[in-house]
Amino acid sequence: MNLFNIPSNELLQHLINGLTLGAIYSLIALGYTMVYGILKFINFAHGEILMIGTYAGYYLFNILCNPADGGIRVMLAFILSMIFAMFVSAFFGVTIERIAYRPLRKAPRLAPLLSAIGVSIILMNLAALFFGTKSKKFDYPFNNSTIMIGGASITPNQIMILIVGLILMISLKLFIDKSRLGKAMRATSQNQSVASLMGINVNFIISLTFAIGSALAAVAGILIAMEFKVYPTIGQMAGLKAFIAAVVGGIGNISGAMLGGIVLGLLETFGVVILGIPQGLKDTIAFSVLIIILLVKPSGILIKNIKEKV
Amino acid sequence: MLNFILLIFIYIGIFGIAAIGLNLIVGYTGMLSLCQAAFLGIGAYSTAILMTTANINFWMAFIISGLIAALCGILIGIPTLRLRGDYLAIATLGFGEIVKNIIINWDNMTKGPMGINGIPGLKLLNFTFTSLDKLPWTLIIWIFVAIAYYIVRRIVRSRIGRALEAIREDEIAASSMGINTAKYKIGAFTLGAFFAGLAGSLFAAYNQSVAPNTFDFMMSITILCMIVLGGLGNNAATIVGAILIVVSSELPRLLGISNIIPPQLNQVLFGFILVFMMIYRPQGIIGRIKLNYAKIIKEEILHLEK
Repeated sequence: MNLFNIPSNELLQHLINGLTLGAIYSLIALGYTMVYGILKFINFAHGEILMIGTYAGYYLFNILCNPADGGIRVMLAFILSMIFAMFVSAFFGVTIERIAYRPLRKAPRLAPLLSAIGVSIILMNLAALFFGTKSKKFDYPFNNSTIMIGGASITPNQIMILIVGLILMISLKLFIDKSRLGKAMRATSQNQSVASLMGINVNFIISLTFAIGSALAAVAGILIAMEFKVYPTIGQMAGLKAFIAAVVGGIGNISGAMLGGIVLGLLETFGVVILGIPQGLKDTIAFSVLIIILLVKPSGILIKNIKEKV
Repeated sequence: MLNFILLIFIYIGIFGIAAIGLNLIVGYTGMLSLCQAAFLGIGAYSTAILMTTANINFWMAFIISGLIAALCGILIGIPTLRLRGDYLAIATLGFGEIVKNIIINWDNMTKGPMGINGIPGLKLLNFTFTSLDKLPWTLIIWIFVAIAYYIVRRIVRSRIGRALEAIREDEIAASSMGINTAKYKIGAFTLGAFFAGLAGSLFAAYNQSVAPNTFDFMMSITILCMIVLGGLGNNAATIVGAILIVVSSELPRLLGISNIIPPQLNQVLFGFILVFMMIYRPQGIIGRIKLNYAKIIKEEILHLEK
């Protein structure tokens, strides 16, 4: 395989990097797509929910243990902080929905969107006040020395990202397709009033959707914080990219969000390598992809065009 | 002290022009645009580059900046006009980020993150405006506010304005009434961008320097807050909103407690404004003046009968 004169081991390297990035995007994109599927609105504050969860995990992790020690104690602390972060994010997601979105469910489209932007700004700036604007590194709970596979290097952290991402996505897909609550969720997304006539507690289902989406975002946030860093505005860019991933896959479509995340991650990585786009303009790739997708196939790459009802 | 109050009025004027433009997009046509700061940035950088490297005088640069911003408005308007509210918001947000990225990375044109300094002041007849002398600046900026206000007022009270409002209320119904929604949406977007470009040009000329990070997402939000607080789809309310937002963000400096109050607190306040206004008073402080269509039609019939 010798595409564009890049040695195959380098190609493999970029593939690994792209997939890791894509897995993170997918996890965040799921939150957007689930909320959009049910409420038909973009949760602008999703990135900030991610950020809050990440900070919660970061602080608990550093309280529970000294990451430099290593060993089983650190690993346990890491798992505990991950779960804690998921709960904190879920709590914030549900609360925000209660306070800022629920009163506006029947309002014109613009209102919940503006309210969500407001929430996102509040959280971002409060985080800057409380946690400081300096970026913090989430230490690895394990020895993160690189492993060589077929001439490409992969870190244990990247392996973890891929495995955690895969497990969470498969279990979410199974939950939505097979379980009773998943069925209720799908029913609510199709028609809220009929779903409530069938005995489904629509408000509970919406809260559950926010909780699951936010918890997934917290996991993604911690993975980002380990691979890169955590800072108050982390949610803005991560959230935007993930939203683009959701749109690429077809917003409201769970499998689409997973696929879209991977596609975007690969496009970003290979765009820099193959097209020679400078690193500084890397973010531009995602936005160009967004605009192209919206132009060519606004319903995303997975689902067929559905005419809008009047 | 007087200088500081004049400074506040200068900023109210500059942001007021941009907000009037945004109000045409968001308030009247109902398209949520989150890239007004990008258009301001385009205008400011156009003026800065034209005046420093091409030695064009301010008035030419002013008009050209507005036109360049309008052109960018068309460019972003054409691909996104098919999109519904929330998609449009994201697309414009993306556009804003792209503009900022390009400004930062286009080193030989924009001098990158450093920004451009030493923009010459503007001259009118034989009078030179300096940034120390704030009164003439205030006057000239508010003259432009008045012009922008008048133009938009004329537009929204005409056939075009009614078409825009029809699109806002129900796009499908509007298009079935024979309104070319694409044309009106692009038009509104372009004109909004044009005003933002002019505001950016004034911003650059007054500050005599531009830096890319000024024109970020928060600036778009600040302008959005002005129109939401005043009242969407009401131009007078937009100015009131601009006054409230600029004064509230300069209040710590006005009271001399800016070192106690961190700047983030102000933005938290903007966030609360958006949320509370949407929940409790979506029509804004002043609200929207409902046009009495029965009266308008009656007048038009009388006019025709004459």
